[in-house]
Amino acid sequence: MAYAAGVDVGSTQTKAVIVDEERRIVSRALTDTGANVMRAAESAFHEALASGDLREEEVEYVVGTGYGRYKVTFGNTQVTEISCHGRGAVQMFPDTRTVVDMGGQDTKAIRVSENGEILDFCMNDKCAAGTGRFLGAASSALDIPLEELGPTALRGERAVKISTTCTVFAESEVLSWLGKGKKIEDILLGVHQSIARRSCGLLRRVGVESEVTFTGGVARNTAMIDALNRGLELEVNVSDDSHYMGALGAALFALDHIRASRAPAHAPAQEEGRAS
Amino acid sequence: MNTETGTTYTSGVDVGSTYTKAIVLDEEHRIVGRAMLPTGFQLAEVAERVYRVALDDAGLTGDDVSYVVATGFGRHQVDIGDLTVTDLTAAARGAKFLFPGTQTILDVGGQTMKATRLEDGAKVKSFRLNDKCAAGTGAFLEKTARYMGYSTEEIGPLVSTSKEPISISGVCAVFAESEVINHLSQGAAPADIMHGAIVSFVGRSVQLMKRVRMEPEYTLIGGILRYDTMVRVIRETLESDVNVPDDGLVQFVPALGAAILGKLRLAALAAA
Repeated sequence: MAYAAGVDVGSTQTKAVIVDEERRIVSRALTDTGANVMRAAESAFHEALASGDLREEEVEYVVGTGYGRYKVTFGNTQVTEISCHGRGAVQMFPDTRTVVDMGGQDTKAIRVSENGEILDFCMNDKCAAGTGRFLGAASSALDIPLEELGPTALRGERAVKISTTCTVFAESEVLSWLGKGKKIEDILLGVHQSIARRSCGLLRRVGVESEVTFTGGVARNTAMIDALNRGLELEVNVSDDSHYMGALGAALFALDHIRASRAPAHAPAQEEGRAS
Repeated sequence: MNTETGTTYTSGVDVGSTYTKAIVLDEEHRIVGRAMLPTGFQLAEVAERVYRVALDDAGLTGDDVSYVVATGFGRHQVDIGDLTVTDLTAAARGAKFLFPGTQTILDVGGQTMKATRLEDGAKVKSFRLNDKCAAGTGAFLEKTARYMGYSTEEIGPLVSTSKEPISISGVCAVFAESEVINHLSQGAAPADIMHGAIVSFVGRSVQLMKRVRMEPEYTLIGGILRYDTMVRVIRETLESDVNVPDDGLVQFVPALGAAILGKLRLAALAAA
């Protein structure tokens, strides 16, 4: 059995996925990217090998993706995260036509064809507004762990309208609402709606075509799923592996390479023929 | 009015996004009291407190002050004052008083940046402001310092040791963090990174000034202008001399202008 791996080096977390020849995920691993990007890539990959009980030699091809993809020094090649997220999302939800990927530092809207090719994309990577960072700011301002933001916001009844765009100013706006006696639940509901509003704007720029698949670390946040559903007036697909979607896409591209190299021995023969 | 001396005093209270400032002025336009405290979130309380501290500083009581003018972004949320004026109007009046040749004002505060072009007198001809994106406000420099473990107060001393600015993109105050960390991990000196952040920030400031068709004389005000390096880089970029209020007044110009407007209002009321 041959295996292929994808390593997605994101701004906040590094993810690794190993698939078998049947495109099934056999193992996955996640680690904080931190300052040493190269080490994060290696450790995610080795953790995935360990959890899949595999040796490095058994993985024939490795594709790096994410903003730190060129730091995946053991990788055979690199593919952009846009392509990988599109590919991963279509693998998980074959009817996916639009992908919204929310990570720690950027948000992307991607439109894909039936076979997972990228038709168009749009991203917010110059400004932290409307990215996972906005949640990070709310988390530190209110001193609530990231993973509790969603459940807390879902208990909100009357969303507080967050007027600031900038993540830096959002922190003080959140505190000022708290000072004015607003409930944390209602403030957080407003924060989620504010991010969802910006993401919906980004999605409309590429065109929203059903089905929509929500990927990236923020897709684990239940209140964000709810806010997107309301904003888009549809139900987005969310996989338990939503934050592994880029790594999965990369692993599938790696599998393509393995298959191409095994395809009826035409390529090497042709090369030989030309050489002679 | 002070019943013993017969002197009439006015006061200006500037409720800014980061600090609240108050000035007490006598009849001869002399500053007899001033105070500054972080604004925080209880705007009404802090405005009252800053005003009291300024009165104490002047050795006066509330009864001695005939007219109080409130300004700044929080002016409508405080109970203090007989009148409110916009911070642009107040700053224009204060800058023109300190530097009569002022044509263009750059005001850089903790959460806003404003460029104002004046016309004859101390009237505002046009203005541009940014309060939407932290990369164009003092918060950018404060964040950059904090990412390296320095407080706002340490920015001045830190950057004065810089030899060469490092190129900083300055597009987003949040994303500056990874940029700063990258530079640090490559061995760059914090002073040079801070210097680079100031150079990038001055670029944005000058852009804003261009949009109001700036003309000399330029007067620079606001908390961020207390950093000498910021002033020097602006001077070099504009290739022109600039006015900067001294005696710690750089942060008090709108409060001063508000107190002057209070005095004018009193005179108008007396004439009526």
